[in-house]
Amino acid sequence: MRNGRIQFSVNFLKTNFGSNRWLLLSLPLLFLALFYFYPLIKIVFMSFAPEGVWEPERLRQLISSDNYFRVLRFTFWQATLSTLLTLALALPGAYIFAHFNFPGKNMLQALMTVPFVLPTVVTAAAFRALLGSGGLVNSWLITALDLSIPPIRIDQTVAFFLLAHIFYNYSLVLRIVAGYWSSLDPDIREAAGMLGASPWQTFKKITLPLLVPAITSAAVLVFIFCFTSFGVILILGGPGYATIEVEIYRQAVQFFNLPMAAALSLIQILINFLLMWLHARIGSKNRVGFFSTAIGGTPKKVKGFLQKSFLLANLLFMVILLLAPLSALLLRSFIGEHGFTLAYYSSLFTTHSRSVFFVPPINAVLNSVGFGLAAMCIAVTLGLFASTYLASAKGRSVPFWDAVIMLPLATSAVTLGFGYIITLNTPPLNLRDSLALVPIAHGLVAFPFVVRCILPGIRQIPQTLKEAATLLGSSPLQVWRYIDLPLTSRPIMVGAIFAFSISMGEFGASSFVTRPHTPTMPVAIFRFLSQPGDLNYGQAMAMSTILMLVTASGFWLLGRIADNR
Amino acid sequence: MKILPTILGTALILLAVTTVLPVAKAEETITLMSHDSFNISKEVIEIFEKENNVTVRFLKAGDAGAALIQAILSKKNPLADVFFGVDNSFMSRALDAEIFVPYASPLLSNIPNHLKLDKLNRLLPVDYGDVCLNYDKAWFKKHTLAPPKELSDLIKPEYKGLTVVENPATSSPGMAFLLATIGRFGKDGYLNFWTELRQNNVLVANGWEDAYYGHFTSASKGDRPIVVSYGSSPAAAIYYSEKTLSEAPTAAVIGDGSAFRQIEFIGILKGTDKPELAKKLVDFMLDIPFQEDIPLQMFVYPANSKANLPELFTNHAVVAEKPVIVTPTAIEKNRNKWIEEWTNTVLR
Repeated sequence: MRNGRIQFSVNFLKTNFGSNRWLLLSLPLLFLALFYFYPLIKIVFMSFAPEGVWEPERLRQLISSDNYFRVLRFTFWQATLSTLLTLALALPGAYIFAHFNFPGKNMLQALMTVPFVLPTVVTAAAFRALLGSGGLVNSWLITALDLSIPPIRIDQTVAFFLLAHIFYNYSLVLRIVAGYWSSLDPDIREAAGMLGASPWQTFKKITLPLLVPAITSAAVLVFIFCFTSFGVILILGGPGYATIEVEIYRQAVQFFNLPMAAALSLIQILINFLLMWLHARIGSKNRVGFFSTAIGGTPKKVKGFLQKSFLLANLLFMVILLLAPLSALLLRSFIGEHGFTLAYYSSLFTTHSRSVFFVPPINAVLNSVGFGLAAMCIAVTLGLFASTYLASAKGRSVPFWDAVIMLPLATSAVTLGFGYIITLNTPPLNLRDSLALVPIAHGLVAFPFVVRCILPGIRQIPQTLKEAATLLGSSPLQVWRYIDLPLTSRPIMVGAIFAFSISMGEFGASSFVTRPHTPTMPVAIFRFLSQPGDLNYGQAMAMSTILMLVTASGFWLLGRIADNR
Repeated sequence: MKILPTILGTALILLAVTTVLPVAKAEETITLMSHDSFNISKEVIEIFEKENNVTVRFLKAGDAGAALIQAILSKKNPLADVFFGVDNSFMSRALDAEIFVPYASPLLSNIPNHLKLDKLNRLLPVDYGDVCLNYDKAWFKKHTLAPPKELSDLIKPEYKGLTVVENPATSSPGMAFLLATIGRFGKDGYLNFWTELRQNNVLVANGWEDAYYGHFTSASKGDRPIVVSYGSSPAAAIYYSEKTLSEAPTAAVIGDGSAFRQIEFIGILKGTDKPELAKKLVDFMLDIPFQEDIPLQMFVYPANSKANLPELFTNHAVVAEKPVIVTPTAIEKNRNKWIEEWTNTVLR
C-alpha cells in the first residue's frame, strides 16, 4: 500500500512538465475544497437562509446605514498604511540581513520572529509596560522633565495599533525580502558600477526592479494580515475602531445577525480576492531571471564608516521596536508587588489548581510544538505542490489559482469556524471536535504564507538550467529534487518557520471548538488572564516568556542547522 | 536540507499519535459543552464518572455568546449532550432556538425561585454572580477620596477620568453593566447617565481582560481605579495572590440597584442519544459536590442554597441584596437597539 503510493507519486511527478501538470495543484485544491470551500459555502447559505427562507430584511442595514461603509474604509485605510510603514521600515533591515555578516545575526533573526507568536493581549501588555501611562518611558520622562502627568498617551490611538502591526509584520517583510535579495546575482550590480552607474542609480534601476516579486509578495501578506486584523484593533485600538473582521464577530456573536456576518465575510473575501488576483497577474508577467549561482550569495563583512553607521542605525531600530517590548515583558514576569520574584515561575510548576483542565506548563509547550510541527508539515507540503505548479504553469488561469490559494488568509475565522461546526460532522469527516482539526485549521491559514515565501524564489530559477538538466537525461522529479529544491531551500525554510509560528500563536483560529485537555500555550495564557489576582497576571507573563523562549530557541536552532548545511 | 524531512516525519508521527490516541479509549462517554470559563475540580467530576462508569468529554467553544451560537448552529446534529453556561442575557435566544429539552430535576427544590427563569425547565439555574463596580482601595486611600457607593457617583466631577468599563458590544460583563444602568436609570434615563459619564471621561475597553489587566490600577500599571468586574473579584484577588493577604486589595460596589445579576443555566441538548445519562449529569451539576466546587473554580455563587460557601467567599465576596432586574425577553428584544444607542452615545 505504502509502496504503491510512493510509486504513484513518482509517476505523477514524472508527468509534471507534461499536460498533467495540473495534478500538482489537485492536492492543495482537494484540501481547500474539503476544509475551506465546503464549510464556507455551507455556512454562507445557511446564514442567508436559516430555515430555508431568504431573509433580506436583516441585510437592509448594510445599505441603509453608512456605518458599514465607514468600517470598510477604515479597514482599507489602516491596512494600506500599516503595509506601507512596515515596508518602509523593514526594507533597510532586509538589505543589511542580505548583505552583511555581523555578530549575533542569527540570534537577532530568531528573536525577530517572536512577535509573530505572541497573543495580542500579551503584546498589549508588553507595549503598555513600555509606553503605557505607568510604563517605563513615561515614568522616566516624568522624573527627568519634572512633569505631573504622563506625556505619552498611546492607549486606544491609531499610533498604537499601527505600531503593533509593524511589530508583528516587520520580520515577515525582512525575512522574505532578505532571503530573496541575498540570492540575486551580485555580478549584475558590479557590472552596472563598472559602467559608471552610481550606487543609487544601480539600486533604483537594477536592484529595486529585481526585488519587486519578493517585495510585493511580502506586501500582499502584510496587507491581508492587517486587513483581517482582529485582536490588535479590538484591544489596542479600543472600541472607537472596528475592522470588517471585528464587525463580523459583533454581528455574529453579539447580535446573532448571521446574514449580516455572512455578507460582510463575503465582502472581505471578494475585496481580498480581487487584490490578490491583480497582484498575481502582475507577478506572473514580471519574470526576470538574474539568479545567483552561488546559492544564498556570500555575505560580506562590514566596511567603512557609512556602512557601519547604516548597520548600527538599523540594528538600533530593531532593538527598540522589537526587543524593548519583549524585554519589558520578560522583566514583568520577574517583578511582583514587592520587587524581584521567582514566584510566578515556581507557581507555574507547583500550582494548587485542582481543575480537571489543569495541565503542567510543559504539556502546554509540547502541545503547542506538536500542533505547530503538524501544521507546518501540512502547509509546507501543500505550499510546495502549489508553488511548483504556479511557477511552471502558464496561461490566464494561473493568476486566478494563485489568488484562490490566498483565500483562507482573507477569511473571517468566526465564519469559517462556524462552517466547520455544521459540515465536518459526519464520518469519515467527523472532525469538528477532533484534535486533528487544530493542525488542519492552522495549516490552512499557514499554507498561503508558505506559497508567498516560496513562489518568488522558484520563479527566479532560470528555465535554461532546468532544460539543460532535462537534456542531460534527468527526470522531472530529479530536476525538482536537484535543482528546484536546493535552490529554494532558503525560502522553504522561511515559509516553514512562519507556518510553525502561525500555529504557535494560533491567530485567527481562536473561534474553533477546543478540547480543553490539550491546551496550547496561548490558551494557557488566556486561562490565567480570565481571573483577577496578581498571581494570575504574573503567571500569564511567565508563560508568555516561556512561549518567547521556546520560539526563539527553536528558530535559532533552525537557523544554525540551515547555516551549517 | 536534511532537517526538513526529519521535521516533517516527526510531525507526521505526532499528528498520527494525537489523532489516534483519543479514539483508543472506547468506553461510554457523555459530552458537556461550555464556554471557555467553565471549570471543575478533578476529584469532583471523578465522582460522577465512577458512579456511572462513564467518561465525561468536555468541549469549550469560545465566549458565552460564541458557544451558544455554535450549539444553535449544530442543532440538527448536536456537538454535545449537555450545555453549560447560557446566561440570562442570552436565555431568550437559546429558548427561541428550541435547542433544549425540559427536565424537572428533583434538585430544583433546593434552588431559590428568583433564579428559576424558565417555567418549562429547559434551562436550569446552576450558578450566579453580580456584575458591578470594583475599586482600588489603596488608590482611594492615597488620594483621600471617598470610594463610589452607587452608580450615580461615577458622574461626580471628582470621579472624572477614574472609571474603565467594557464595551457591551464585545463583552458580556460590559453588556451586564449596560443592563444594570438600564435597570437603575430606566429605559429613558440610562442614556443621560452615559452622556454624563462620557463627559466625565469614562474609558471603554473591548473586553474584561483588557479593562482589568490593562487599565485597572490595582491589577497592573493602569491609571483607572474603578473597573466593571464581579462581586466575587475581591475574593479572587486574594485567592490568586503571590503573597498571603488578609484583606482584599479591591472592593465591590453592590448597593441597591448598582449590580446586575448574571445567572448561568444548564440544559440538555435536543437530539442527545443519552437522555437518561444527560439527566444524571444535570442532577450532578446541581448537587452539593459540584455546587460547592463552583466558588473556587469559577468565582461565582452556587445556585443550590444547601451548598456551603468557602470561608474566602463568606469573608471577602459579596452579593447584592437588590440587584437590577431586566427580564430575558426584554433583553433579547432590545439588545441590538440598546447597544446601538449606547454606541452612538458613548463612542461616536
